[in-house]
Amino acid sequence: MILSLVVTVMVLYGVGTYLLLQRHLTRVVIGLSVIAHASNLLLLVGGQAGRPPLGDSGVGPVADPLPQSLALTSIVITFGVSALLLAFAYRSWQITDSDEVEDDVEDRRIAALAAVQGLRDEEVVDAEEIEEEAV
Amino acid sequence: MTSDILIPLPIVLSLGAAALSLGLGRRPRAQRALGLITLSVLVGVVVALLVRVADGSVIATRIGGWGAPLGIVLALDLMAALMLTVSLVVLLIVLVFTIGSPRPIDQARFFYPVYMVMAAGVAACFLTADLFNLYVAFEVTLTASYVLIAVGRSREQVRHGITYVVISLLASTLFISAIGVTYAATGTVNLADLANKLQEIDPGLRAALGALFLVVFGIKAAIFPLFFWLPDSYPIAPAPVTAIFAGLLTKIGVYAIIRSQSLLFATPEESGFLLAVAGLTMLVGVLGAIAQDDVMRILSFHIVSQIGYLIFGLGLLTLAGLSATVFSSIHHILITTTLFLIGGLIELATGTGALRRLGGMIRTTPVLAALFMITALSFAGVPPFSGFLAKLAVIQAGLEVGAYLTVGVGLLVSILTVFSMMKIWGGVFWGDPEDAAVREQARTRPLPAVMMGVTAVAVILGLGIAVAAGPIYDLSERAAASLIDPAPYLAAVLQ
Repeated sequence: MILSLVVTVMVLYGVGTYLLLQRHLTRVVIGLSVIAHASNLLLLVGGQAGRPPLGDSGVGPVADPLPQSLALTSIVITFGVSALLLAFAYRSWQITDSDEVEDDVEDRRIAALAAVQGLRDEEVVDAEEIEEEAV
Repeated sequence: MTSDILIPLPIVLSLGAAALSLGLGRRPRAQRALGLITLSVLVGVVVALLVRVADGSVIATRIGGWGAPLGIVLALDLMAALMLTVSLVVLLIVLVFTIGSPRPIDQARFFYPVYMVMAAGVAACFLTADLFNLYVAFEVTLTASYVLIAVGRSREQVRHGITYVVISLLASTLFISAIGVTYAATGTVNLADLANKLQEIDPGLRAALGALFLVVFGIKAAIFPLFFWLPDSYPIAPAPVTAIFAGLLTKIGVYAIIRSQSLLFATPEESGFLLAVAGLTMLVGVLGAIAQDDVMRILSFHIVSQIGYLIFGLGLLTLAGLSATVFSSIHHILITTTLFLIGGLIELATGTGALRRLGGMIRTTPVLAALFMITALSFAGVPPFSGFLAKLAVIQAGLEVGAYLTVGVGLLVSILTVFSMMKIWGGVFWGDPEDAAVREQARTRPLPAVMMGVTAVAVILGLGIAVAAGPIYDLSERAAASLIDPAPYLAAVLQ
C-alpha cells in the first residue's frame, strides 16, 4: 500500500519535472501542479499513522492530523499561486499572441555579440538591430 | 511580561493595516498615511524588543496558550531582533521613496495592501520558531512579491515575472516536501524540538535533510549555483520594489540558512562545502556583474556576490565567522537597498539604465553622484565605510581558521567589486551622454525632493553603521554566541 504511494509520488515528480521544462506556459503551470500533488502525497505518506498528537482520545487509534493540515495548507497556497500563474500566462498571450516563454533580450544580445566575434558585416548589423530592439 | 505581548505585533499590525488599506482603496492619501504610521509604530516596537533581548536573552510567546511542540511559538533572539529592526527601517525608507515618486506605482489600489502583507511576511519569517510557519511566512512574503514584481503588467515584466514565480513556486514545493520528510523522520516541526530530536536519528538521514533545506533556502538566498533567476527577474520591477527585494528577500533566505544550519544541521564536515559554495557565489556573481551593461542588472549580480560573503562567515562555523555574518547582514540590507534606490533615481532622471547611453550626470545631479560614490565605496568595502568593517571581520575570521583559499577569493572579489562600481561611476556620472535625448531629459527634469531626501537619509544611516560599528559589532557577537550555543533558545521555545 505504502509502496504504491511511494511509486505514485515518484512518477508524479518525474512527470511534473518534464512538464516544467517545456516552453509553453500552460504546460509549466500543469507541471507545477503535478509536482505540488506529489508533495502533498509525500506529506501523507510521511505521517505516523495511529499516533494521536493531543493525548489519548479513548476511542481507539486516531490518525495523526498534522500531515493532513500541512497538505491542506499547501493545497490552498498552490491553488492561489497557480491562479496567479494562469493570469500571467493569459497576459503573456494577450501581449505576444502565444504563451511561450520568450528568450531573454539580454541573452539574445550576448549571443549575437558572440556571433559577431567573426566580425562579418551582416552579423554586426544583425547585432545592432537586436540592440535597437532591446532599447 | 509586556514584551512578550509585543512579539506578535509586527505580524498582526501589518496584516491589520493591509486589510484596512484594502478598504481604503479609493483614497490613496489615507492608504499612504496608514502605511507610514503602521511602519513607524512597528519600528518603535521592534526597537523596544531589541533593547529587551540586547543582553543575549531569548523571549518567546505561545499563541493561544498551547505550548511547544504542539502549539505555535513565536520566539525572538538577538539575531532575529537585529534583522527585524533593520528590515522594518528599510521597509519604511522604501515606502517614503515610493510615496515621493512622480509617476507613482501606488496608482494601483492594491499596492499598499500588498506592501503591508509583505511586511507581515518578512516579520513572520524572523519571528517564527516553527518550520511549517516558516514555510507559511515565506509564502506570504513571496505571494506579495509576485504581485509587486508584475505591478506594471508590461511585456518585460510578464516575461521575467514568470521566471520568478515559477522558480519560487518550485522552491516552495521542495520546501514543503522537505518539511514532510523531516516530520516523517522526527515527528515534529518545531525548531527547538527538532534540534533535540535530530540528534537521535541516523546521521546520514540528518545530513540529507540538511542538504535538502540548504537547496530550498539556497534558491531563495540566490547562492551558487541556484542564483540564475535573480539577475533575470529583479531589474524589471519598479525601482522601489526592486530595492526592497534586493535588500530583504534574499536576506530572508540567508537568515533561514543561518537559523537552520546553526540550530539543526551544523557539523564540522559541512564547513568545507559551505566555504566552497561561498567562494563560487562571490566569484560568479561579481564576474556576471562585470559583463553587464545596465545599472540595475549590474547591481543585481552584486547581490549574488555579496550573499557569498554572508555564507562565507557562516561556513567557518566559529564565533568570529558568525559575528561577521550577522554584522554583514545588517550592513547589506541597508546598503544594497540604498544602491538600488540610487539606481532607480538614475533611471528616473534619464529614462534609461544602459551605461552606453548614459554619462555626465555629475554635472546635472551632483548630489546623486555624491550619494552613489559613498554607497558604492561602502558596498565594495573601502575604508572607512561599514562595508570595509564587514569584510575585515569576515576575512579575519577566515584567517583564524586557515581558510586561505576562500579568503583569497574574498579579497579578489572585493577588488573586482570596486572595479565594477567604478564602471558604473564612469558610465553614468563621468563623460558625456552618447544619447542626446538622455542628455536633454537629465537637464530638464529635476529629481523629486522627497526621493532624494529619503535616499540621503538611507546613506546617512549607512554611515551611521560605520560610526557605531563598535556597539553594533558587540551586538552581532552576542547574537552569534546565542546561535552557537542554542541552549537559551531551546529553553525559551520549549518552556
